[in-house]
Amino acid sequence: MAKSLFQKVWDAHTVRKLANGQTQLLIGTHLIHEVTSPQAFGMLRDLGLKVAMPHRTFATVDHIVPTDQFVEPYRDPLAQAMMDELRKNCAEFGITFFDRSTGKQGIVHIVGPEQGITQPGTTIACGDSHTSTHGAFGAIAFGIGTSQVRDVLATQTMALGALKVRRIEVNGKLRPGVYAKDVILHIIRLTGVNGGTGYAYEYAGTTFDAFTMEERMTVCNMSIEGGARVGYVNPDETTFAYLKGRPYSPKGAEWDAAVERWKSFASDPGAHYDDVMVINAADIAPTVTWGINPGQGISINENVPSPETAKSADEKAGIVEALEYMKLPAGQPIKGTKINVAFLGSCTNGRLSDFREVAKYIKGKKVAPGVKAIAVPGSQIVALQCEKEGLDKVLSEAGFEWRAAGCSMCLAMNPDKLIGDQLCASSSNRNFKGRQGSITGRTILMSPVMVAAAAVTGQVSDAREVFSVSDN
Amino acid sequence: MALEKITSVTGRGVFVPGNDIDTDRIIPARFMKCVTFDGLGEFVFFDVRHDPQGNKIDHPIDRPEHKGATILLSGANFGCGSSREHAPQAISKAGFKAIIAENFAEIFFGNSTTLGMPCVSASREDIAKIAAFVEANPDKEITIDLEKLEVRFGDQSVKIAQRETARDALVNGRWDPIGELLEGLPAVKTKVQELHYSAT
Repeated sequence: MAKSLFQKVWDAHTVRKLANGQTQLLIGTHLIHEVTSPQAFGMLRDLGLKVAMPHRTFATVDHIVPTDQFVEPYRDPLAQAMMDELRKNCAEFGITFFDRSTGKQGIVHIVGPEQGITQPGTTIACGDSHTSTHGAFGAIAFGIGTSQVRDVLATQTMALGALKVRRIEVNGKLRPGVYAKDVILHIIRLTGVNGGTGYAYEYAGTTFDAFTMEERMTVCNMSIEGGARVGYVNPDETTFAYLKGRPYSPKGAEWDAAVERWKSFASDPGAHYDDVMVINAADIAPTVTWGINPGQGISINENVPSPETAKSADEKAGIVEALEYMKLPAGQPIKGTKINVAFLGSCTNGRLSDFREVAKYIKGKKVAPGVKAIAVPGSQIVALQCEKEGLDKVLSEAGFEWRAAGCSMCLAMNPDKLIGDQLCASSSNRNFKGRQGSITGRTILMSPVMVAAAAVTGQVSDAREVFSVSDN
Repeated sequence: MALEKITSVTGRGVFVPGNDIDTDRIIPARFMKCVTFDGLGEFVFFDVRHDPQGNKIDHPIDRPEHKGATILLSGANFGCGSSREHAPQAISKAGFKAIIAENFAEIFFGNSTTLGMPCVSASREDIAKIAAFVEANPDKEITIDLEKLEVRFGDQSVKIAQRETARDALVNGRWDPIGELLEGLPAVKTKVQELHYSAT
């Protein structure tokens, strides 16, 4: 019977059925970080349990690390305490920790792929909702809570119910100046923030076939913003080429066997999908959010909605609340909205290709006066690659502060925060109220090149105009 | 591990209106700089209970008549956003035992169930009826019955829904799966070999 990748991976990793009807699912790879793991280790100690397979868990530190301070102790004693706790737990339970001293530290969803830990046909879990990123490799990757982190540590499994599968096909070539980030913002705009609840997303179509791994990761990363816990792309030659030669990738004869195995997990022609959505790539424009959730998006040349245009009382209330918080006038163009901060980075858009693309356009330009602009590489390896290519210099000369690797202002658990009601043009993934560290701070999500355009003009802008990107 | 069989929850209710109440709203990230969940309760919904200067502002859960409420009522897509268990932990540590909403974000729902804090769904109209009741009678208890799948308040009752795997786990006292997962360890080891995952 023809099966989807989700079904194949799920079936292969099913250990047994549990009494309540859920499945005990084997987790091939477990990733942990400092925020959602310490309580799990505490629970293990309370229960007198060991880590079942310590070599199947990998740790890094990302959320709390200062991006302008490398030497410990950190200025924030709470951040230092979390760092110490992770270090202690990894040492005690025998878990590999990509600490900052290793040169391999970074955002957990960037480290896994760049180390070759993230592989096709496997199950991955991490106490972070953006774990769906790893689905770009044809893995089924779940964001989990801390009790489940405990479950995976203690048993290398967790209890889960199966998901339905929605195939989202995007076909054709993206127009110039339109990026993977726009694709996912467009999808979430269409489905709303809860349209994916209960689904795994299979992203497919010629647009995804042509995407690089980094582009696929950007899309899979934000699956959860549309409510889908899991998002994946079937593995292909692009996937294998990316993985070849990475530290944890199979070597020699094992490599060939692994590639054959990985290929076998790809969805079969004629596989059953619970739902199918088809999008024409040419219909996607540079997209920005105007509200307080990632589903509240419009193309750069549209106007912010008015409450009067709402199709339901709910939508109306949502628009009123969002516009009040965002301090945006109803029915007016989003283009031209003044910004205070520009943030480049995050697990969505903190990879080498993101900085390369920005550097290409921002070279020789300057960040507008009064705009604070920071560029935060997603990992130490990304930082090093950028520095080797001189991208850090291009960005610094333009007026961006070039920082050390971490999650930074995506969720502002470190010192990088908005102040008051500052408005931030951000390449991150969430525009929730208060998300970037100030309870009145405002976020507009967009692609990295759109962030660059906003930084140089001091306002939300169409990067295609600012950087003279023409259609043909 | 013997767990309580949660067949019903009885307590006073409080209505926190709104759709898409995200986990950053439930527990802002700055309060997650901690290595235990203890003490999270006081920070639940912090940024909507305080002004930017940190002064208390009116919020349903702080109103004197709702002090000690244990059943939280809200709108659609409750708990969307991050996977942080800090969110249901903060709600639980603030004294809540159950949540009634139109529907829930997936990870939040699972995290809450594993804590033994039932999340049940009701229609908007029915939530409005329960909300009207608890606002008019803040001192009266309401009951969520997981066996009959209904909420009873005053002389009224409305139907609720809950995913069967969660309901089964709660009413049969197996909402924390760790014991059962541990029992499966021998089968897990076999599975690891079968899938060619390395032994070390």
